[in-house]
Amino acid sequence: MSDLFTVNKSPFEKNSLEAAIKFSLAGSSILMIEDGVYGAMKGTAAEDMVKGAMSDRKVYALKSDLMARAIKDDRVIEGIEVIDYAGFVDLVEANDKVQAWV
Amino acid sequence: MKLSVQVNEGPYQHQASDSAYHFTKAALEKGHEVFRVFFYHDGVLNGTRLTTPPQDDRHVVNRWVELAEKYDLDMVLCVAAAQRRGLVDEGEAERNGKDATNIAPQFRISGLGQLVEAAIQSDRLVVFGD
Repeated sequence: MSDLFTVNKSPFEKNSLEAAIKFSLAGSSILMIEDGVYGAMKGTAAEDMVKGAMSDRKVYALKSDLMARAIKDDRVIEGIEVIDYAGFVDLVEANDKVQAWV
Repeated sequence: MKLSVQVNEGPYQHQASDSAYHFTKAALEKGHEVFRVFFYHDGVLNGTRLTTPPQDDRHVVNRWVELAEKYDLDMVLCVAAAQRRGLVDEGEAERNGKDATNIAPQFRISGLGQLVEAAIQSDRLVVFGD
């Protein structure tokens, strides 16, 4: 069993990324979309939490939402996989369930 | 794979409708089946044909209509959400004594059972919006 959690809020606005990380089990995937991609930035107060989650979970961020917020690849935490919408679809297929954390 | 999509937000206010559109389009282009797109809460506002954005802005409603025309998508507006927000088709106009309709082509108004059915019939239900 694997789950995909989508997170669409900045970790500096709401605690949905933190909640998604806390509720997710090892082996699950977390995809940051919309304002959720702010959680993918290096050097923020959320970085340690995200890196901690990456020990046994996969973390992804949607490229077009990063670009819309001027977050270039070199500002993204290493290990976060940047994907496009086709990659989003693949993630939905690869996991048993999709849960939106808002 | 058979997918369904739920849209909970209106256009131009929240990114959800844009995200849902791009996701749905990508899934269809990859050859997946999209069983239904269900518009709930303010999401029903994606289905009014009276929307007229500035010419240099994306037309969220027409974009959904064109996608539905191309792929024969089933796009459903929740009836209770539609009634509250003044989304009207001919049946609803007659039933509620309204003097006009505003539903865009390719959309239809139906009940929450359609969302439940989509969840049961599809391999995955992907939700956009708060």
